[in-house]
Amino acid sequence: MTNTTEPLTKVIPTLHPIYAERVSFRNNSDCAELWQVLDIVCDPELPGLTLWDLGVLQNVKRKGNLITVVITPTYSGCPAVNAMSEDAIKAMNDAGYATVLIEVVLAPAWNTDMISPAGKQQLKALHIAPPRHDDSVDCPVCHSSDSQLLSEFGSTACKAMYRCNDCMEVFDYFKKL
Amino acid sequence: MKKKAVNTFDIEQQSPLSRFVLGLADDSLVLSHRLSQWCSKAPYLEEDIALSNVALDYIGRARMFYQYAAKIEGKGRNEDDLAYLRDERQYTNLLIHELPKGDFAFTMVRQFLVDVFYNMYLEQLVKSTDVTIAAVAAKAVKETRYHLKRSEPWITQLSQGTNESRQRILRALDELKDFTGELFEMLDWESQLVKTGVAVDRTMLKTSWDGYVQKLLAVSDIEYQDSKLQIRGGRNGIHTEHLGQMLCEMQYLQRSYPNMNW
Repeated sequence: MTNTTEPLTKVIPTLHPIYAERVSFRNNSDCAELWQVLDIVCDPELPGLTLWDLGVLQNVKRKGNLITVVITPTYSGCPAVNAMSEDAIKAMNDAGYATVLIEVVLAPAWNTDMISPAGKQQLKALHIAPPRHDDSVDCPVCHSSDSQLLSEFGSTACKAMYRCNDCMEVFDYFKKL
Repeated sequence: MKKKAVNTFDIEQQSPLSRFVLGLADDSLVLSHRLSQWCSKAPYLEEDIALSNVALDYIGRARMFYQYAAKIEGKGRNEDDLAYLRDERQYTNLLIHELPKGDFAFTMVRQFLVDVFYNMYLEQLVKSTDVTIAAVAAKAVKETRYHLKRSEPWITQLSQGTNESRQRILRALDELKDFTGELFEMLDWESQLVKTGVAVDRTMLKTSWDGYVQKLLAVSDIEYQDSKLQIRGGRNGIHTEHLGQMLCEMQYLQRSYPNMNW
């Protein structure tokens, strides 16, 4: 077991099976150090939220000198994929791996259950309400559950816009997909 | 000596799979472009953002289909060549997608009608025996469910709003009812693909689509029936006058400055 993933399990004791499967896949990979290199690569618009935490990073493979990073886009038209690919290549190059290939896969289709518990914490820290299964949206600022939908789409395709009826803050909700 | 045009592209000579994937790609791109024309012009900011986001989902879908179409074709063309360097007669989108954006009511009525269709269609396409098509459908169907969640309440709200908003909904339905039939028509090559499990039989979806649309409109006391006269031809490259004009705008940069990069 790698050090990066172990503490995550302690933040929230109940792991979603889909995320648990990702953790176990990563832990069984024989390229542990490569996964760790990518732990510094974040979503270009969500500082501190790594590609791993977001669930975009699906696999890292090594064949001789060639490193293949497998990612999956969140939404079909997500414009961040290009930036993420460039950042992943740069992180690999900086760590001394010269030949890096980015492979974008569509299956399994990305869904919000792939987001790690730490990722959800980070979303909250960025004042974005993380996706929930019961559709209740808590204000990420004052934690009130009294919120109101303003628009089905927020600043990006993956978010909706809400307002908190207690502190009146307008915030993004990361939609469940 | 007869000189061959550079971008000669005969739809008839494409394989069924190629025509199928290209058709789905064209549907997505053309609708995406129509939606994107609202950017900075929607009734208010939240709607502006929502319409642009739906456009983005469709352009993502178009890109995935174009990439696959280019791969099937295997002639070294890429997704951009297919989008920017084909002429009107080489586009094979179903006509409903290319109609001008109209007013907000027209855009939302069209969106609602196609959202209902795509919810049913993609739900089936997920089971395609072609793994790439199935994977694209699996992503798209989730997004389309969300689109419907937004377009449906708009239809009810505008139908039951002011006299003006209701009239605009009725006018939009009146215009669109000539174009909905094509969504459910099968050409020979598409039927061939149904036999191998690659494509979906569109005709099978008509009854449930009618039921869904009629039920929702009945809530607002609107009776809906497709026209007996249906305008068709998109899959064969026969378009309304509007597509050519749209492509002029959309393709301008690549046509005037070939290979221009962002």
